[in-house]
Amino acid sequence: MISISKQIMRGQSNSIWGNLNLAFWLPVVWMCVLLFSVVFADALPFRDPTESDFTALKARPGQEFWLGTDVLGRDIFSRIIHGAQISLAVGFCAPVFGMIIGLTLGMLAGYYRRRFESFVVGLMDIILAFPNIVLAMCILFFAGANMFNLIIVLSITSIPANTRIARASTLVFAGREFVLAARSQGASDLRIMRQEILPNIILPQLAYILSFMSIVIMIEGSLAFLGVGIPPPTPTLGSMIAQGFSDINTDPHITFLPALFLFLTVLSLNLIGDHLRKKFIVRQSAL
Amino acid sequence: MLYYIRRKLLHLIPITFAVTALSFFFIDLLPGDVADAIAGVGTDNAVVDEAVVQAIREDLGLDRPILNRYFSWLGGAFTGELGKSYQTGQSVSDAIGLRLPVTLQLLVMAQCMAVLFAVPAGILAAYRAGKATDKFVTTLAFAFLAAPSFIIAIILAFLFAVILNWFPATGYVPFSEDLIGNLRSFFLPALALALIEWPILSRVLRNDLIETLQEDFILLAKAKGLSYGYILLRHALRPSSFTLITIVGIQLGNLISGAVIVESIFALPGIGTLLVASIHAREILMVQGIIVIMAVAYVVINLVVDILYGALDPRIRQ
Repeated sequence: MISISKQIMRGQSNSIWGNLNLAFWLPVVWMCVLLFSVVFADALPFRDPTESDFTALKARPGQEFWLGTDVLGRDIFSRIIHGAQISLAVGFCAPVFGMIIGLTLGMLAGYYRRRFESFVVGLMDIILAFPNIVLAMCILFFAGANMFNLIIVLSITSIPANTRIARASTLVFAGREFVLAARSQGASDLRIMRQEILPNIILPQLAYILSFMSIVIMIEGSLAFLGVGIPPPTPTLGSMIAQGFSDINTDPHITFLPALFLFLTVLSLNLIGDHLRKKFIVRQSAL
Repeated sequence: MLYYIRRKLLHLIPITFAVTALSFFFIDLLPGDVADAIAGVGTDNAVVDEAVVQAIREDLGLDRPILNRYFSWLGGAFTGELGKSYQTGQSVSDAIGLRLPVTLQLLVMAQCMAVLFAVPAGILAAYRAGKATDKFVTTLAFAFLAAPSFIIAIILAFLFAVILNWFPATGYVPFSEDLIGNLRSFFLPALALALIEWPILSRVLRNDLIETLQEDFILLAKAKGLSYGYILLRHALRPSSFTLITIVGIQLGNLISGAVIVESIFALPGIGTLLVASIHAREILMVQGIIVIMAVAYVVINLVVDILYGALDPRIRQ
């Protein structure tokens, strides 16, 4: 009896909050607000991120400067939004390029096996031998630190994992009956990969892309923190954190506010990605 | 087993060649003349005369064909000759040799601490799988996965060095001078690395343990009336730790990346700080030397892990 009434009560409270998964929707709201402010940063009434107000150096968060100012009197909130512009642009482009290349290589390796597979696996071993931040630092150092090179470098670091996932799921499907059926009907390899295998592996692959975005954003932040990312005066979250670090004793907000933004963004991407992945894994196992 | 080791060693050869070749050819990504860039033409503090540039050109043999250059560089690399800094005259291998022990100590301490956190957390989560304890551990791990290493390092520095004043924020004490001081100076950097490393390890261990706990021999152990603690530690832990061991090797790349950042924040004079300083000083040969050392170390350590794995689990050798 008691358990039933408990269930009814839980059912009642569920009618309001039940279908609302906070661990999924809060991150979604956060990302939407962030995306909106980032995309319309120039149209919204934010301060100029590079303009110094020398009457208000290291100001605390308040009415005039929402999140305070940094050591040069620049508005932290506006700098965070403009820094997030770079983080999100890089965080979107690099995983997409990495996925396109990784998916192609992984699918070919998983489908053709033999020599080509060992070649691809060896190639990935070579990329993995360079720690990702070190690889990115060095390529940016040798080829020059700009947006284009940054995206190329971060795409390269996300290729191996994409390849591994695509190869593993191709191996599962390449031996299935519907592939055999297509082949016995005379379908070419290209057609089998495009029509039979790709539709099956693309969804699980896409479910991972948010995790790759979060990793890429973290690497971009680390590079900027070390001073090898996009050069100043362009604000980036990493360089803001690095700049504030010397004043951490007296003005911790200069360091911790951009750090908090970065952390929440990465956490949101992970939470959304995890939620989506769980959905896709259910679909996978139901096949 | 010998066959297995030989196969792994054969796999090592092409990878080493490719990895060293890539490190070598990074230099050719430089826009313009390599010799000019090495001598520091175009930087602010450059006092460069044409004779120096000419000497570098001859040293590196820039007029020779590229493969020829690569093999003579590789030969030098194997004998510990990676060139020298043309700005300070210091030999690259000397500079790296001086810094390597610091980074190694940091990595070993960090890895040990990570395993110390991850094993109890993984066991606890697997034992209480699906319950509140499991959810707590898993959520905690999830939060740490979302924190970039430099943010964790900054928070640790702020908390323990600035507010609590328990550990020094910066400053390195050599091992030979003062053992306690040495461990104290390494504690925060190693903790920062361990905190980004443990979630991955504990998640892997948890999943493997949950699988092992479904096996028949665990049921038998339970039927014999053995205590849960004994079953977990003596029967389940060892067969569940194989993936953990491989991950420890694979994660080394991540750990080195983390070490570069953490060393810079806590001012430890390791390879990472040397790399960052060399990049800012545009010490091209130094950067090249450090990359090749890191990449080869990664390849070799993963080979050792593979062989260990084969020794522990006979099924892998086939």
